[in-house]
Amino acid sequence: MSAVLRHELKSYFHSLTAYVFGAFLLLAVGLGCLRYNLRAAVSNFEFALADFCVVLAIIVPILTMRVLAEERRQRTDQLLYSLPITTTQVVAGKYLALLAVYLVPLCVVAAYPLIFARYGDVYLPTAYGAILAFFLMGAALIALGMFLSSLTESQGFAAGIGISAILLNYFSVSLSEYVSSTAFGALVTICVLILALGALIRHLTKNENMALGAGIALLALTGAAYYLAPAKFEGLLPRVMSRLSLFERFYTIVNGVFDMTAVVYYLTVIIFFLFLSVQSMEKRRYN
Amino acid sequence: MIEIEHLTKRYGAHTAVSDLSFQVEQGQIYGFLGPNGAGKSTTMNIMTGCLSATEGHVRIEGHDIFDEPDKAKRLMGYLPEQPPLYLNETPEEYLRFVGEAKGLRGDALARQMDGIIEQTGIGAMAHRRISTLSKGYKQRVGVAQALLGSPKVIILDEPTVGLDPIQIIEIRDLIKELGRTHTVIFSSHILSEVQAICDQIIMIAKGKLAAFDTPENLERRLLAPNELVLTAETDEEALAGLLAGMEFISAAQMERTGEGRLTAHIRTDRTDIYEASRAVFFAFAQRGIPLLELTPKKANLEDIFLELADDGDAQPETAPDAGHDTESGVEEE
Repeated sequence: MSAVLRHELKSYFHSLTAYVFGAFLLLAVGLGCLRYNLRAAVSNFEFALADFCVVLAIIVPILTMRVLAEERRQRTDQLLYSLPITTTQVVAGKYLALLAVYLVPLCVVAAYPLIFARYGDVYLPTAYGAILAFFLMGAALIALGMFLSSLTESQGFAAGIGISAILLNYFSVSLSEYVSSTAFGALVTICVLILALGALIRHLTKNENMALGAGIALLALTGAAYYLAPAKFEGLLPRVMSRLSLFERFYTIVNGVFDMTAVVYYLTVIIFFLFLSVQSMEKRRYN
Repeated sequence: MIEIEHLTKRYGAHTAVSDLSFQVEQGQIYGFLGPNGAGKSTTMNIMTGCLSATEGHVRIEGHDIFDEPDKAKRLMGYLPEQPPLYLNETPEEYLRFVGEAKGLRGDALARQMDGIIEQTGIGAMAHRRISTLSKGYKQRVGVAQALLGSPKVIILDEPTVGLDPIQIIEIRDLIKELGRTHTVIFSSHILSEVQAICDQIIMIAKGKLAAFDTPENLERRLLAPNELVLTAETDEEALAGLLAGMEFISAAQMERTGEGRLTAHIRTDRTDIYEASRAVFFAFAQRGIPLLELTPKKANLEDIFLELADDGDAQPETAPDAGHDTESGVEEE
């Protein structure tokens, strides 16, 4: 793993990637500081951090788009498969390198509250809590971007899907107001999702029986649940949508509540997408 | 050294490799021969752990590539068909990464890298970006990568494809040199190449083992079309009369190939083809007909190859023991 990590770090820091990513991140945070801390003279650093956090929706997919897609396009993935290292080590090494690229500008950002503290009253715990949450949220988004990059050999496609997925996640709270909150609406949506999942299983495993079995079992479960406790389905859709938002949980912390469930949620998302990335790489070995 | 047992790879309904079994011994150069699409790359990818098998086992010194990939992979160096190079790195950076991934560190890594860079002759290019290197040098960097970590077996998938004649000769020399210290398996669809440098030929067609023998044995086994080609300065009538008078000729075909020149393809039932040519020579000499050309036609691997490719088409894919039946060689015509 350390070989992959070192190799990736070298490639990021010997090229412009790490610097351009860092520059855009610092620019976004800097604009936030300018607006809140300098112009409006607000002493809460966390608001500055939250102000332009949507920029992650653009810069994270651009950072992660090549991480696995490029290996596939250049056929260097064959090398990785034939080396005496596991796919998990490859994915972990690459992920840690991405985290390092993300962490460097954040270390610069971490100096801001201390600088501001010299000129005013900055409440440091919330500032650093927010920086930590910002790091975790970015780490979760990087894991998502990495997974999307593992699905394709086109960097552009990986970036495009990544940006739309993160934007969808960013707006999911406001979008949740427009989706049906009735129990029946939730039921229909769940059924559609199950069918989509079945199609995905069929596409990935080429096993019709398994896809059909899983689909029918899940549909039956959903049907039973709807029959037994229809009240649970009431407003389920908007609730789930706002719960899934990575950004909403970050705002909770920005607002001064260091919510441990948010940390757990971020870690879960990271592990989930890293796991999927490994599976996606392994799947190519099994065709 | 390497045991391959009943290896099968299916892609949906398509069978790329079908019940392939063979063993590779230490210290020899093996040529893995087959037409395009015969399953060469698939087999090599499975042997090196890049691809899973539907059925069957691959063991390297007793280590199963699926159960103990780490131990098995350390014994092998693999160069896939397209050299897996990071184009915007220098060979030095690239080899350092591969070496580290193979578990080498510090002095040991530096020493191996120096040795391999010298052996593969990429010293002058070690600090240039790989993307600027010629195809021949890229291939060498690919070979260098496979050599890191002192593997016992080097597996090269079509290492000479796309190179110019000089580069091809250089890579062949390199393979021969590697053969002195390693077991080498390399695939190719160029027969002369395999004939020239291999100790053993593994021939596959349509995913099945078609032949496994030394180049000499394969040739000998197939040196039996018992055909002579001759060109003489005469007319049809005289030539036909002359050939009819030779009782050992079983079939003859004539064609006019120039002004007063005829070429005949004749088949003989003599087992010794040279004895037949001697008789032909004296018969023509007696009649005073100038013989311009007399060539005993040897079967070469090309013929075997074409034959196998055709056979593969004809054979049903379900024949369970097809691989073993032909394992000892290719039947004579």
